[in-house]
Amino acid sequence: MIVPYSHLLLLAVLLFVLGAVCSVSHRNLVMILIGVEIMLNAAGLAFIGASLHWQKLEGQAFFLFILAVAASEVAVGLALLVYSQRRTHSVDSNDYSLLKG
Amino acid sequence: MTLYSIIFYVLATVILVATLLAITRRNTVHAVVYLILSFLGTALLFYLLGAPFLAVLEAIIYAGGIMVLFLFIVMMIGTGPSAKRVNLSQWLPAVILGMISLFTAAILLFSVPLTQEPLIAASAAPIEFGRFLFENYWFPVEITSFLLLIALVGTLYLGRQETKEEKK
Repeated sequence: MIVPYSHLLLLAVLLFVLGAVCSVSHRNLVMILIGVEIMLNAAGLAFIGASLHWQKLEGQAFFLFILAVAASEVAVGLALLVYSQRRTHSVDSNDYSLLKG
Repeated sequence: MTLYSIIFYVLATVILVATLLAITRRNTVHAVVYLILSFLGTALLFYLLGAPFLAVLEAIIYAGGIMVLFLFIVMMIGTGPSAKRVNLSQWLPAVILGMISLFTAAILLFSVPLTQEPLIAASAAPIEFGRFLFENYWFPVEITSFLLLIALVGTLYLGRQETKEEKK
């Protein structure tokens, strides 16, 4: 007997909202990517909890795919970040205003 | 209240506090280090929830791989403290919208009777999990490997373009 499934889901929702707030409220590109990572991790936590609740291994299998998507997302995202930092010498999303008249 | 539920609540508190500290830091290096703590706590939680193999993967890939990659990038491009003070016009709408979705989710979760019964502790051995994965989900595993290959090629391309431009 661990805890009710709803407590686990509540933890996942809290983590997801924290990640979303982090992504939305920061202007630093690194912090935006960190927010996306927190959100993916929270989704994985919900999957693992569901896997235990219904005693099926599907949830754990899906977490493995989430892990792979998170890893490739962060690799490409950080490469784009380095690319735009070299072009504009800034990681602040407000400074990316080349198209501004 | 059993020992398992006490461990769960302690780990949940550690994860939430570490994540909250991480998203409010102005120094990016501090944020990344707090997040490593949060992901290690999540790995322990996965162990508690009966996924020992995924707990190890979480510690190796998330805390060890992704976060160290963030640390390398932050050290390479040198982002100092970003904003001088808390930008209220950006934080306030985000926090209000987050609160609204949190309350909605909490009401939904606690109104469903199915989710109120406690979870029974069980564990999936790595060999069992691997056999299940390659018997039922071998095709998604192949697609995942392809996705990682595409990400590798994309990252190499983005890096290579820049060195060419620098040579000019």
